[in-house]
This record gives sequence, C-alpha cells and structure tokens, in this order.
Amino acid sequence: MLEALAAALVEITSGQHLIYLLAGVAMGLAVGIFPGLGGIVGLSILLPFLYGMDPTSALSMLIGLVAVIPTSDTFTSVLMGIPGSSASQATVLDGFPLAKKGEGARALGAAFSASLFGGLIGAVILTFVIVIARDVILLFTSAELFMLTILGLSMVGVLAGGNMAKGLLACGLGLMFGALGGAPATGEYRMALGNAYLGDGLPLVVIGLAMFAVPEIIDLLRAGGSISRSQTLGQGWLRGLKDMWMYKWLCVRCAGIGCLIGALPGLGGSVVDWIAYGHVKQTAKDKSQFGKGDIRGVLAPESANNAKEGGGLIPTLLFGIPGSGSMAVFIGGMVLIGLEPGPAMVEGQLNLTYVIIWSLALANVVGAGACLFLSKYVAMLTTIRYTYLAPFMIMVICFAAFQAQRDLGDLITLFVVGLLGILLKRFGWPRPAFLIGFVLADQSETYLYQAVQFYDWDFLLRPGVLIIAAITVVSAWVGARNAPTADIDAEAAAALKAQNMRPQAWFATAVFAFFAWGLIDGLGHSFIGGIYTIGIGVAMLPIAAYLVYMTWSNRVAHSVNYDHEVEGDHLQGDDIPGLWHYILWLAAFLVSTVLIGFWLSIIGFFVIFLRVKSDASWLRIAAMTTGGVGFVTALAWIMVLDFPPGLLQDVLVLPWPIG
Amino acid sequence: MKTLTLAKGATLAFAGFALTLGTVATPAPAADFSGKRIEWIIPYGTGGGSNRWARFYAPRLQKNIPGQPTIAIKNMPGASSTKGTNFFARRATTDGLMMLGTSGSTQFPFLLDDRRVKYDYADWEVILATPVGGIVYVNPSLGVKEATKAGMKQLQKAKLKFGSQGATSLDLVPLLAFDILGLNVKPVFGMKGRGPSRLAFERGEVRIDYQTTPAFIKRVTPLVKAGKAVPLMTWGMLDDNGELVRDPTFPNLPHVGEVYERMHGKKPKGPAWNAWRTFMAAGYPAQKMIFVKKGTPADIVAALRKAAADTINEPGFKEAAAKSLGNYPQAVGAKAEVLKKVATTVSPESKAWVKAWLKRRFNAVP
Repeated sequence: MLEALAAALVEITSGQHLIYLLAGVAMGLAVGIFPGLGGIVGLSILLPFLYGMDPTSALSMLIGLVAVIPTSDTFTSVLMGIPGSSASQATVLDGFPLAKKGEGARALGAAFSASLFGGLIGAVILTFVIVIARDVILLFTSAELFMLTILGLSMVGVLAGGNMAKGLLACGLGLMFGALGGAPATGEYRMALGNAYLGDGLPLVVIGLAMFAVPEIIDLLRAGGSISRSQTLGQGWLRGLKDMWMYKWLCVRCAGIGCLIGALPGLGGSVVDWIAYGHVKQTAKDKSQFGKGDIRGVLAPESANNAKEGGGLIPTLLFGIPGSGSMAVFIGGMVLIGLEPGPAMVEGQLNLTYVIIWSLALANVVGAGACLFLSKYVAMLTTIRYTYLAPFMIMVICFAAFQAQRDLGDLITLFVVGLLGILLKRFGWPRPAFLIGFVLADQSETYLYQAVQFYDWDFLLRPGVLIIAAITVVSAWVGARNAPTADIDAEAAAALKAQNMRPQAWFATAVFAFFAWGLIDGLGHSFIGGIYTIGIGVAMLPIAAYLVYMTWSNRVAHSVNYDHEVEGDHLQGDDIPGLWHYILWLAAFLVSTVLIGFWLSIIGFFVIFLRVKSDASWLRIAAMTTGGVGFVTALAWIMVLDFPPGLLQDVLVLPWPIG
Repeated sequence: MKTLTLAKGATLAFAGFALTLGTVATPAPAADFSGKRIEWIIPYGTGGGSNRWARFYAPRLQKNIPGQPTIAIKNMPGASSTKGTNFFARRATTDGLMMLGTSGSTQFPFLLDDRRVKYDYADWEVILATPVGGIVYVNPSLGVKEATKAGMKQLQKAKLKFGSQGATSLDLVPLLAFDILGLNVKPVFGMKGRGPSRLAFERGEVRIDYQTTPAFIKRVTPLVKAGKAVPLMTWGMLDDNGELVRDPTFPNLPHVGEVYERMHGKKPKGPAWNAWRTFMAAGYPAQKMIFVKKGTPADIVAALRKAAADTINEPGFKEAAAKSLGNYPQAVGAKAEVLKKVATTVSPESKAWVKAWLKRRFNAVP
C-alpha cells in the first residue's frame, strides 16, 4: 500500500499531469458556476475529446473537472439563493441569508475552505479505507440501505422549522411527488394522468431549481434593488477561513458523513448535504440563527459534499457502479481511455487508484484556491440591480432544467412545482423537508420492497438494520432535546402575524385534496404497485385534516400561522408588486414557449422584460440579449441539445436553434 | 415455426450471397460530409452499455466517413428508450446527418405493441448491427458446477431469486428461459440496471444472475476466478443459417437449448420455446443497431455503410472490439439487414403467447 502511495505521489506531481489537471479544473469552474449545470454537463462536453489522449492526461482532466464542481457550484447557492447543483441545496439555507446581510464574501470564504478541508479529509479516509471497502460495502444490503433512507427521513424532524405538522406534510408532499411515475416493483404509472413525461418521474434537478430558485427570483424581483442590502461585500473571506478553523471538528464529522454516504452505491449523493445540515442543526446548542445566516449551516454541507465525491469513487472504482450521475459519466470516460473499474483497482492497479484519489484531493486544493480568488469578483454580482440579472437567471435555470430530460415538460414542471415552492415559502412550510422526501421517495420504496422480498420482514432484525435504527433514534432524540422553545417567540410576534388565515386554509385544503388523490390513485393499482402511495396518503391525511381545521378556524396565535406576505422582510420598500405580478411574467414566458418555442421566447423575454422593468437603453438591451442568448446557444450546440420546440415548430420546419 | 426458421435461414444464405455481390457492385460513394456534424441519438443515459457502445464506435466511424465529419452523441433517455427513438422517428432528416442507435430494450416495446411506441423499424435503413450475448451464472453455494443433467436437477431444487429491471425489459429472455428449464426463480423487480443486480449477487441476496457479454467479461470474470461465481450457460448465438449455436465468446458453455436437451434427452419445442427463440433473437444477436431514415439518398447510405465496413475491417479493430464489445462478428451491409429483420419481426403466435405469459406470470402489460 505504501509503495503504491509513493508511486502515485510521484506521478501526480509530474508536470504533464498537473497541466491537464488544471485544464480540467478550469473547465469545471466554467461549468459549475452556472446553476444546475454540473458534472454531467461538464463531462459530457469533455468526453468526445478524450479519445486518443494518453490515459494519464485524460484521467487528470476528468478528475480535475469532477473535483471542482461541488466547490464552484457554491457561488450561486450563496450569492443568489439558487442551488448550484443538487449537492449544494442545503448551502442555500444559511449561505444566502449571509449574502443578503452583506457577508457574501465571508460565506464564500467559509464554504470554499470547508470544501477544501472536506475534500482532503475524504482523500485521507479513502486512502486507508479503499483496501477493505469492498467487503464493507457488501455488508450494506437492501435492508440496511432502506434503514439509511429512514435515517435520512428522520432529519425532517430538525428541518421542520416552527411547526411539526407542516414539516411532516411537506415531507409527505415530497414523498408523493417522488413516487409519481413508474412504480419500482411493477412499473405501473402512478398519478401520471396517462402522460409519458410524468411516467418517467420528475427529475431532481428541476425540482431543486423549482423549490429554491423560482421563489427566490420572484421575491428578489419584488423587493427591487440588488441582492445585497448593504452595498459593500465585506472584507470577510479571511473571516470565513477563521470560521472554518473554529468549527474544524464539525467539518471533519461532516466530511466523514459525506464520505460514507457517497460510498454507498444506490443511496446517491443528493441527500448528503441535507444529512450534514440536519446533523449540525441537531447537535448545535444555539439553533436560533439557522436559516437566518449561521455560518455552520454553510460549513456542514460544503465539507460533506466535497468528501462525497471521494466516497463516490469507491463504488465507481470497485464495483463499476456509479454513485451519482457524474460518476456514471466518469466511468464512461474511464472506459474510453481503456481503464476498467473492478476489483483489480485495489489489487494490481492500486497505485492508479491512489493517483485518482490524490488527484481528486489536489484538484480540490487548486479549485478551492481558484474559487477563493474569484469570489471577490463573482460576489460583485450581488450589487447589480436584480432586474438586470433576472433574465439571465431565468434563462440559465430553464436551460439547466430542460437539459435534464430535453423536454418541454421540464419547463412546465419547473413552473408548476415552482408555484408550489412559492406557496410553501409563503406559508412557512419547510422546503428542505419536501426535498428530503422527494430525494428518498424512490430509494425508500425500492429498498423496502427488495428487503421484504429478500429477507421477509425478518430484515428488521438484521444487526446492521438494528444499529442504523439505534442511530436514528439517538439522533432524533438529541435533535428533539435541543429544540428551542419557540412558543415565547411566537407569542411576542403574534401581533405581527397574519390576521386573516384564509389563504393558508385554502392551501392546506389543496394539500389535503392532493393526498386524497394520491391515495385514490394508489387504490387503482395492484397491491405492490399502490401500497406505497396508499401508505403515504393514510399517514398524511389526518395531519392534513388537522391543519385544515386549524387554519379554517383562524388560530392566529398558533404556530401553524405563518404568512410570508405579512411577515416577510421583502416587503419593506414602498410600491411592492403583488405576489402574482412576476408569476404572470413567468407564465407568459411559458405560454410563449409552448407557442413559438424556447429560443424565440427567451429573446422576446429579454427584450420586453429589460425594456419594461429596467431603464436600459435599446443598445444595452441588444447587447445583453445577444450576450445571454448567444451563450446558451453556444452551449447547446456543444452539448448537441435542441431547445424545446413549440406549436410553431410542429407546423413549420425551422433551422436550428429556432426549430 | 419450422418454416420461419427455414425462411430466416434462406434469407441469411441469400444475404451472404448479396453481400459478396454488393461489395463488388457498389459504386464509389459521392457523398461528402466535410465540415458537417452528424447527430447520433442514443435513447439511453450516459451510464449504460449502449452509451459505451456508441462511444466506442463514434470516433472510429467518423474517421472513415468521407469528409471526416464530427459524430456528436446525443443521449436522450426516457420512457424505456421510446422517448429518444420517437424523437428520431419524428424529427430525423434524410441527409444522413441524424443517426439512431437502438438496443434490445428499444426492440422489445416495439415487438410487444407498447403504447408509447410511435416508431416503426421499417422506416429505417440499417448501417451496422452488433451482437451481444448473455451469460447465466450462479452462486457456488448451490453446489452446481456445470449445467449437466445432475447439476440442473440440483439447481431445480433450490429456491432462487433473481434481480430484474422488469418482466417486459430484456429480462424477459432470462425469465422465460428459467421457466423453460423448470427452475424455481422468483424475480425481484426494481433493480436500476444489470449493475445493481450483480451487486445483489455479490451480497448474496440473489444466487442466480445474468450479464451481457461486455459486463460479464469485465465484472464477473474476476468473481469466477475468485471462486465466487459459477458460469452455467449462455443464450447462444445465431449462425449464418439462423440456427442457435454456442456463443463464440464462450465456446465452453452450453446454450439454453443444449441444457434443455441434456435434461430431457430431446430438443426443446412448443410455443414457449418458439417464443423464447424469437425474443432471444430480437434481443441479442442484433442487440444494437445504427439506423438512418429511409429516403436518405443512396450515395449517403452507401457512404455510411462503407464507413462501417471499413471501420470493422481496420487492423486492430477486432482486438479492440473483443475487449469492449465481446468476440462477435459485427454485421454490416446485407448481413446487417438480415439481422435487423430477425430482430424486428415476431410471428403473431409468439407475440400472443408472450403477452399471455407476461400477464399470467407477472401481471405485466407492456
């Protein structure tokens, strides 16, 4: 092992290797900085160029790219409240409030140093663990994996916010949305309304953007001005480094969590950031600042999501089973250059494996350094008037959304689920709980079904299952014990609360109806195909009924009452447009896309929006439109992507990119 | 069924003849792709075997097409590959700048009248066909060393579970084979691919599994060497006469028909066997194919076919292909046409039988 390690270090520090690694890092930065575009996009662009390159250089480039993406996607999470990828959704919760307070630089400094630290810890763990990892991983059967999804779901307890009923219901909504489409065991289409797009289930990228990006863009537009309230960025990135050092043990723990979860094939890395966030919130003594800009809320997910990439190498290299979408493409790249994942990676080719692990660590260092260097400039975006930024942001999230399935349905989902996100935010339903439910819906059902098939219900008595169950109970208990007594707060604030709870009542009623529909739909399927949605419906309907009762009876002082339209801090200025104002703008854009296709619509949207909402001159509008649309068009060309066509394109054959 | 086999045999023999003629008669192609980009739609994600196959071929093909165009692979997964394939059926141009790569999982929904299918193989010209085999292996704890009469008796006694993606997927072939061989196999669905099924095998959750050739060579052979897996049989392959023969990549393993014969002392026959043969032929001997739309000018089709032929005749190709795709003759020209026909036609009887069997056994409706 030591010999292999030494040989690997010599190879890594060779000039050629470093140059290609840097090239990969540069490319990863360029892609990762755009929200929703991550490893899959970057690697897909890179793959065609790999053929014919010598394996070492090609591998360096691949790794450089993979390593830096969970670092660079932090920019938009922190600065704009838009999750840069599904691995940094949790970073938004505290990173973005920090940026709004004018502490964007501090948050970025903390995030990047945590990324770097997490990545290095991940590499150290991997170096020792990889030799025995194969046998350890095989201990995690479908039964243990199911229990891990329950551990993940138990995090809802701490992410629920002020009201547990709403937290559970939000999680239930996520589970129901995740269960939409083909049932894992029978392939029956649940709640799909005979629609082929829904039959495949909703893509996570789209759901993540809809839950966080859409509501944030709408709120920022309504508030007017720029993202950062104070016009200074703060000189805080050094302070961010100090924050990281102060909470170094937290970062070590979260890196360990990230490494472990990333290493389990089939669990997927998308839940890592939430588990890390849940962990820090459970163990923290003072929880009052979480969600309002607690630096620990940035450190935890960021140290975990970089370590996750390292952990993700284990199933990828040892079993040829990718732990995430980007790892799937990574395998594609490896095969292209003649490397085959398998047990040999820890036997004959151990030094190659070490090259990969430590290149990943090195790329982390370089990437975090580059991000720190860039952060000062990128953070300036938060001082630009948001009406200038908004068309770009809308365009980029639409682009990110439809590169998932290459379907107009992606944009419709983005809008519809975005509406749900807006309402969840308005009425104080925790969106993280929704996302946890969504991410774990498919896995929890699949592994439960498989565990019962393989072991019968005896699976609950397997030692591994019992251990994970014990961890779940302990972590939930610790979380509950440290829960703040929110009631004093609530009473003091009661005067500020919404006096009219009708809107909340209507929303609760709609949620009740949705669960009822899911339950009825489930009854129409075979037992195995329907039992999961039936179960969710049965569990959620009483809670929903409770909320319906509480809201219709207008319990103003109770913790269920929350209305962002009354209490939110975006309403401070005069002349705030109504909630529906910008939703209608988005709706108009969507309708236009259905009619004349995305490409023409986005041009129209840029021009009209900038003309009406900003005081830009025609020249400036032309420049911004050309720059923005030109950029996505070029990207689409490289990625061989067609823009979603509309009815016009059904009638007329038009040249790319219009048709 | 006998006549069908004969017909297939005759077509194949004729094809061999035509192929010999064809190579002489084809005029030099006038098509030129200089500065062009060919979009190659792969209706599968970036993680699977079809993507790997396409990425193996793309750089080699583009070199041999006149004008050396770029071949850009466009992964369009969704709805069991019907989404990307429907897209091709709807949008493909006839200038040769859009190709499609299909797999067995594209053929099966078509053959089973899946309502999502809005494509017809008759509308397309085949450029190349790649055979893929399937290998069944079991856990050594079952005590079965070989698929002999005694070994299979032993195997029949065991209660087995099998990780599957779904009864109407390519797993139809193993599930029906297990039925024909009288094995007590219960499928556990919800596997996200063959990889997770293999992992379930390594964990000991399932004790019988199969993998396609490339995956078997790379991922299961190490297990066999370590004494953790025992290969038993293959699906076999079709020879030039359309007869089921041993898989050339695994000449030491019997195919399903042989195993049946060993067990019962006679060749298998009857509707179940006919159905298995038909769907095996649709799923494996021409598993992956490259198509362009019919109506594409003859010179362009000829240029693409010549490029495919040149690619597979290049020095070093065979070795590279054996490593990545398995040791099978890649089919071009008339031979590919015959394989396409075999892969995309089923007799009405077999189709009806399989549909009834899927409904009866798994309550599955394609």
